[in-house]
Amino acid sequence: MTLDEIKPDQECEIVDITSEGIMGQRLLDMGFIPGTRIKVIRNAPLVDPVEFELKGYHISLRHSEAKQVEVSLL
Amino acid sequence: MSNTSTKIMVALAGQPNSGKSTIFNMLTGARQHVANYPGVTVEKKSGSFRLKDDRVELVDLPGTHSLTSYTLEERIARDFLLNDKPAAVVDVVDASNLERNLYLTFQLAEMDISLVINLNMMDVAEKRGIKINTQKLSQELGAPVVPTVGNKGKGKEQLKEAILSTSKKGQVTPFRINYGDDLEPILDSLEKRLSEETEISGRYPVRWLAVKLMENDKEAQRLVGKYSQKSGVILRSAEEKREAFKLEHKKSPQKVIAITRHQEAQRIVEASVTRSREITRTLTDRIDQVACSRYFGPVILVATIYLIYELAIVQGYKITEYTWPVLAWSRDLIASLLPSEGFIFDPFFRSMPIWVVDGTIAVLNYVPIFLILFALIAILEDTGYMARMAFILDRIFRYFGLHGQSVLPMVIGGLYVGGCAIPGVLACRGMKDEKARLATIMIVPLMNCLAKIPFYVLLIGMFFAAYKGIAMFFIATITIIIALSVAKILSLTVLRKKESAPFVMEMPPYHIPTTGGVLRRCLERTWLFVKKIITIVILVSVIVYVLIYFPGISKERKAHYISQSGQAQQTFLKKIGKDSPYASLMAGDNLMEFTRYWRDYKKAKMGAKGKKAKQALDQEFREKNFEFFKIVKRGKYKVKGEMIKDKHAKKVYNAYKKLGKTTNKLRREIKEETIITSYMGRAGLFIEPLTRWAGFNWRVNIALMSSFAAKESSVATLGGIYQSPPGEKHRLEERMKEKEKGWTALHVLAIMLFMAMYPPCIPTLLMIRLETGSTKWMLFATFYPIVLGTIIAVLVFTGGNLLGLSGMQAMIAFYILALIFLVLMGLIKREPEFT
Repeated sequence: MTLDEIKPDQECEIVDITSEGIMGQRLLDMGFIPGTRIKVIRNAPLVDPVEFELKGYHISLRHSEAKQVEVSLL
Repeated sequence: MSNTSTKIMVALAGQPNSGKSTIFNMLTGARQHVANYPGVTVEKKSGSFRLKDDRVELVDLPGTHSLTSYTLEERIARDFLLNDKPAAVVDVVDASNLERNLYLTFQLAEMDISLVINLNMMDVAEKRGIKINTQKLSQELGAPVVPTVGNKGKGKEQLKEAILSTSKKGQVTPFRINYGDDLEPILDSLEKRLSEETEISGRYPVRWLAVKLMENDKEAQRLVGKYSQKSGVILRSAEEKREAFKLEHKKSPQKVIAITRHQEAQRIVEASVTRSREITRTLTDRIDQVACSRYFGPVILVATIYLIYELAIVQGYKITEYTWPVLAWSRDLIASLLPSEGFIFDPFFRSMPIWVVDGTIAVLNYVPIFLILFALIAILEDTGYMARMAFILDRIFRYFGLHGQSVLPMVIGGLYVGGCAIPGVLACRGMKDEKARLATIMIVPLMNCLAKIPFYVLLIGMFFAAYKGIAMFFIATITIIIALSVAKILSLTVLRKKESAPFVMEMPPYHIPTTGGVLRRCLERTWLFVKKIITIVILVSVIVYVLIYFPGISKERKAHYISQSGQAQQTFLKKIGKDSPYASLMAGDNLMEFTRYWRDYKKAKMGAKGKKAKQALDQEFREKNFEFFKIVKRGKYKVKGEMIKDKHAKKVYNAYKKLGKTTNKLRREIKEETIITSYMGRAGLFIEPLTRWAGFNWRVNIALMSSFAAKESSVATLGGIYQSPPGEKHRLEERMKEKEKGWTALHVLAIMLFMAMYPPCIPTLLMIRLETGSTKWMLFATFYPIVLGTIIAVLVFTGGNLLGLSGMQAMIAFYILALIFLVLMGLIKREPEFT
């Protein structure tokens, strides 16, 4: 499954980043690497974007971007 | 002072939110200089400080998470490191976020740079129970590690010490990441090949180039192409190796490289950091539970925006009431240095400089607003709330090709009523998404700036007096509706090919900003504005002056006015009589002198408030010229404590009052005739057949065209064109109604909407030029609003007339139409696809 399907307060582990190029590089730079645990904190008031926590810091992504992260639920 | 003093160049690198700017301020103090990196609009801050016998030039690089070639900031930081080759680089690292920050450190090390690792925000780390073994860390990274608390100035000397020793030591053996058995052999062979090419290996670190080629970095490929003889062979072989790697390992090399860096960072952190408790962001999380929640989030956001508006625009405007007298005083001071005014014609070297000064102080008048605005923006940035604003609003703005970050520039530009486009455009600076940034810059001037407000108030007073509130609401919100549609159209057309960026945004923990930091940034930005804008405003207002006052009225007309003025003077002299004791006092050049005295006195009296001020004023003018004083006091004055009633002086007073009225009337007529016959006036007449469709006659055309210099002048120009006949004191809207009997509410609605879409004023255009780095965009920002405004005005006026709509009906119809258009625009989906 992909990261955009995870509901707030659920935790998962990153399996892979499916996009390459700018989006993939950006995610890798921000620490979205396989094996990392990631928690969905909350959706924005209009559902998009979403706030995540990984490695102690918080990052928000749009759903379309979170779709490029493959995860497995913990 | 030593003669051997040399200049050492040092760069400051680091990730966003690492406290890099506090370190920069700590090291350089007040000796700072802000410019742009060549060819781009990214701010380049540099400063210098003394280090024993040497002077260090410190350059602040843009804060970046990584050093790829995907974003402008990263390219700039990288190019600077590669081309300017600083003697040392201070890598500012957030001690409480070491692992992520090391990711950048590794990339810096890869560029064969002499690094000083600065562990900043040690206090935050300590509070979170993070203990860092700096010795171990230094050993691992092969670079000195200096802990600091930037905002408290702790560790300053140690950091300077480390900078000095590192920059003197020269090249150190760089820290190298081992990218693993799969990748290292490939990197080795690429390195070898690149080393053989002396032209490129002399310029750039080959290991870095090899890694970048495996990452498929376009910039690195370009560099190899430019400096290598066998670039074709090398690039092809890199490409083949990349593809083969991908096939074999089911992963792209760039992914492996990024993963290895993160793993290495994790390893080093595990080796050198002990945590006494789990990482917590309790306070930030608790705030965000409310600040980003579904219901309270938007409420807090609106309240914040309202507060910014209230503090900066409303209160700031009130402050200008106190600062204005200072500006007016300086204007009078300058005026007093210029050639003195004439009876009915003023010399060019008086009226032109005064025009320029007026234009300049009209802009300077807004400085208090800018100061407050910039301080508030700095607070928003420093606290971390800016990121929350973007988080909450992104969804709406994205529909229209904008970004969550677009909201702030729009608020500053005048999202509701009253703002200023100049700082609005400036506030687009932080936006990473180039496409959305340009779209925002283009629509900010469509917001309702402060200078448009008096114009609206005037026109609403003319025909919508019964619906003032509704009409104001209409104009305030219609601009947002139109601006969003325009943004979408632009992003689908002219901005289609512009670089967009992923949203990926860090939500930093909340943080209390320091007063010094906020003040510094606010003063810096205001100064930048004043410096850049004022010089050019002066230049441009000279041009506008020429357009409005040249070629001037004909010789015959001039002679006509002079003879009329002469007649009035004769009548005046006749009235006071030859036998009057004041006859010689008023004869010849003395009359002009008296006229100046009279005008000065009247003006001073208007400014003087309170009995004391008035008495002081009288004393001053009495000492200046007692005879004149007798007249301006209508013959009532004291001599040695005794009140005297001077009949002759009273007579002169009455006669002069009449002369003064005639003279003023002549001056106004001359001004009107000059404007009408000027280049601008002729243009206004020339386009009248066209603008008729929008309901504009030539008078309106002139007023609208002259607003180009600064919109403040539109009401003043109208005031000039629709002057009141002498003796009558009608308000401007009544005079306009009187002169434009044929006008309907539709005329006024069309003019109002045109004004809403009016091209940016010249200072804003200059700001656009500065922020886009392109004259083309500036010209585009000038002309598209004219086209748009004309279309809208014609639609409302001609359309309304054809359908026989009243002003209110047309207003409502247009509003609904615009809303429908907006929704349609929002429905066109064009989400950026990043792969």
